[in-house]
Amino acid sequence: MAQNAAGNGNKKVFTDDVSLVISGAAGKGILTIINVLTKTLKQSGFHVFATNEYMSRIRGGTNSAEIRVSSKRVSAFINRIDILVPLDKGAIPHLKERITKDTVILGDKGQAAADIPMTDIPFGNIALDLGKSVFENVVAAGTLLGLFGIKPELLDEVLKGQFGSKGEEIVKKNIEAGRAGLEKGQALAKAGTVRIELIPDKNVANELFLNGTEALGIGAISGGCDFISSYPMSPATGVLTFIAQQSKEFDIVIDQAEDEIAAINAGLGAWYAGARAMVTTSGGGFALMTEGVSLSGMIETPIVIHIGQRPGPATGLPTRTEQGDLSFAVYSGHGDFPRIVLAPGTIKDATVLTHKAFNLADRFQIPVFILSDQFFLDSYTTCPDLEVEKLPVERFITKTAKDYKRYKLTSDGISPRGIPGYGEGLVCVDSDEHDETGHITESEAVRNAMMDKRLVKKAAAILKEAIPPQIIGSKDYSTIIVGWGSTHSAIAEAIENLGRKDVAFLYFTQVFPLQAGVADTIKKAKNMILVENNASGQFGKILQLATGMVPHHKILKSSGAPFTVEELVEDFRRLIK
Amino acid sequence: MGKEDFDMGAIDIAWCPGCGDFAILNALKEALGELGKKPENTVIISGIGQAAKTPHYLKCNFFNGLHGRTLSPAMAVKASNPELDVVITTGDGDMYGEGGNHFLHAIRRNTNITVLICNNMVYGLTKGQASPTSEKGFKTPIQYKGVILEPFNPMSVAIALDASFVARANCGDLQQTKEIIKKAIQHKGFALVDIFQPCVVYNKVNTYPWFKQHTYNLDERYDPSDKKEAFMKALEMDKMPLGIIYLSREKKTFEENIGVYDRSNDPLFKRKHDIKKIMKMIDNKRLHAAQSEMGSLIG
Repeated sequence: MAQNAAGNGNKKVFTDDVSLVISGAAGKGILTIINVLTKTLKQSGFHVFATNEYMSRIRGGTNSAEIRVSSKRVSAFINRIDILVPLDKGAIPHLKERITKDTVILGDKGQAAADIPMTDIPFGNIALDLGKSVFENVVAAGTLLGLFGIKPELLDEVLKGQFGSKGEEIVKKNIEAGRAGLEKGQALAKAGTVRIELIPDKNVANELFLNGTEALGIGAISGGCDFISSYPMSPATGVLTFIAQQSKEFDIVIDQAEDEIAAINAGLGAWYAGARAMVTTSGGGFALMTEGVSLSGMIETPIVIHIGQRPGPATGLPTRTEQGDLSFAVYSGHGDFPRIVLAPGTIKDATVLTHKAFNLADRFQIPVFILSDQFFLDSYTTCPDLEVEKLPVERFITKTAKDYKRYKLTSDGISPRGIPGYGEGLVCVDSDEHDETGHITESEAVRNAMMDKRLVKKAAAILKEAIPPQIIGSKDYSTIIVGWGSTHSAIAEAIENLGRKDVAFLYFTQVFPLQAGVADTIKKAKNMILVENNASGQFGKILQLATGMVPHHKILKSSGAPFTVEELVEDFRRLIK
Repeated sequence: MGKEDFDMGAIDIAWCPGCGDFAILNALKEALGELGKKPENTVIISGIGQAAKTPHYLKCNFFNGLHGRTLSPAMAVKASNPELDVVITTGDGDMYGEGGNHFLHAIRRNTNITVLICNNMVYGLTKGQASPTSEKGFKTPIQYKGVILEPFNPMSVAIALDASFVARANCGDLQQTKEIIKKAIQHKGFALVDIFQPCVVYNKVNTYPWFKQHTYNLDERYDPSDKKEAFMKALEMDKMPLGIIYLSREKKTFEENIGVYDRSNDPLFKRKHDIKKIMKMIDNKRLHAAQSEMGSLIG
């Protein structure tokens, strides 16, 4: 999206896209501001994207949130800050590299201790006039909303929703604070300090506004998830929390496990007994789960594994983002067995792919992975609908007969999966090599037959069903940009901004296994650019193994931050002649 | 209806002649048979080790998983389908060593399962190293000067965690072992039975006669509901008590506490989520002004 702020001293006009950044210490109440802002703006008919970066601490430090308000759908992180609200003295130094002469800084000058020009709005004093300094966040939110010409009644309603549980008096005071802020904002707009002339679309008011965590959780539940066992770990805990919050409505078994080893072994036990289970973790927790991945492969018991990636190795950067665990997911678990790895890059894909993961796991009796990351999980965006009513829940449990054999050799490698207590047969699974009945064997002939069934035949069937990548942009491309998962939003917006007719984006949502035919799509281009939010180009290696194709250029980032649209545009300009 | 329902007929059993596991297998089959249990409704979960092979030798559903990981799948099976009878058969290494952390937390959950630990105080399958329950001074090729670690006392740990049923048996007494297993299966809640069992190949110290000399039966006057007294019993080392050492006050099981069976007793595989409720959950994300719930934006 082009920079549309017309620089004129401190007077700015925004016509289709504006980025607001709020920054301060953890515990300063950024959350309240963001909730009030995003909800009110979206209800007013603006497209909203919100993301945040935070330090691994409960209080203090400096965090920031970026809210993009736009007249069209946006879901990517941008470097540009149009309006900055610093809540304390740490904010401006924290963001100094992103502040330019075009950045409008609004806020309490005393608190921000700014050494650069800013428009002073004494949020703290306005709040004190209303009785308490705690209202300053709502004053700040109101001020920003005033710039957009928000209807006061709508803000009142949002504040009632936000503070309703705290009693009438608190609601009343916050409404006063919101209105005082609105007046300040309107005055700034009138004075021409900032003019926002975005055109709202009333349809947006009825759209969904959710983050990757929620979209993933919804996909799990719509996919029939009725059991989750996990150990909390950032950034993947949110999925466990979301499903736990819904569990009462849907009767889902929630088990906060003592460790990740317990979690995945419980997940497998649940599937064995007929449930549809998932586990959610990050790379470090997944490291403990790998024995269970291998067990899933051996006993052909399905499991859905969500890895919310964060930078490693080891504890790494606990609250930051990276696509660094793809190789680990693909190669995890001892022995040879098939698996599927999916990676959503849009909110809707998060729901659709997580839903599908349950069907695929059940159908092929294998581990199916969903790979996301901190940026994706914590970022909110508008989305018209998830259309889950169109997604089938496919179940493959069979009623057993007296002579049931769990590992019956079949032409496609898939043995009908019975569960204990459903039919007259016995369901016997063993982590040792086993015969068709599930009993231990060391027979070479049986071993060979089982490897052929479990790996060779099933892998072929799985590959046939692989989700192909999607071509975004020009159909007549000479440059193809390859990306997967959460980089989707930044790459898509960057190539749109690039405005070239000869560039396309090949967006992968299934990252393993890949069909060799993908090579034909890539070969049409003279130039392949790989974009990955990791240090070594992990997907590039998988692509090379499957297709023999090697990227001409790699754009890699492993600083802990997501790609910005601007840096990708710049890199593309440099690499596309 | 009886023990024969669980018999596999003439099968090859991988245990050494004279192994205590044979007695425990028999006791388990008799217990299940006498209680009128059915193989197709019984799930045996086991890990790795000789005792973990038990489910291969009787008719039942089984999940012979990974080393030390019996308790997590057992919880999950019972929570997914409470109509199944879930029994763990495994050894001291699997449960108290590799699975030690799970042991602590499984007791806290109080899933309604029966946990049978064949405790021979040695690692058999890996050929004779110390186990968590090996006595101090016990010599092995690795602990050649003798074990220097304090032995793990599963009874006192289980009582400390308020396990709902804590018992100990000696497989040398088949009748008593069977009776204790029966009570454990009938008990509602987490039932632990530590069963003394000699390893005839790798443990030349803790033999059939040794266990007989170092144990005694709790008499009928003993009250297992007295926690302090149970602790005292669990700490007796020279002669160790056999029988039900501790019974907690009746408490809810994990399956009861999770609420999933409040509205229906159907196991999970018979259910599906209501699409109308799913659509409502999604509609909540339209964030109409009056809705307060938005989740957390900042982690």
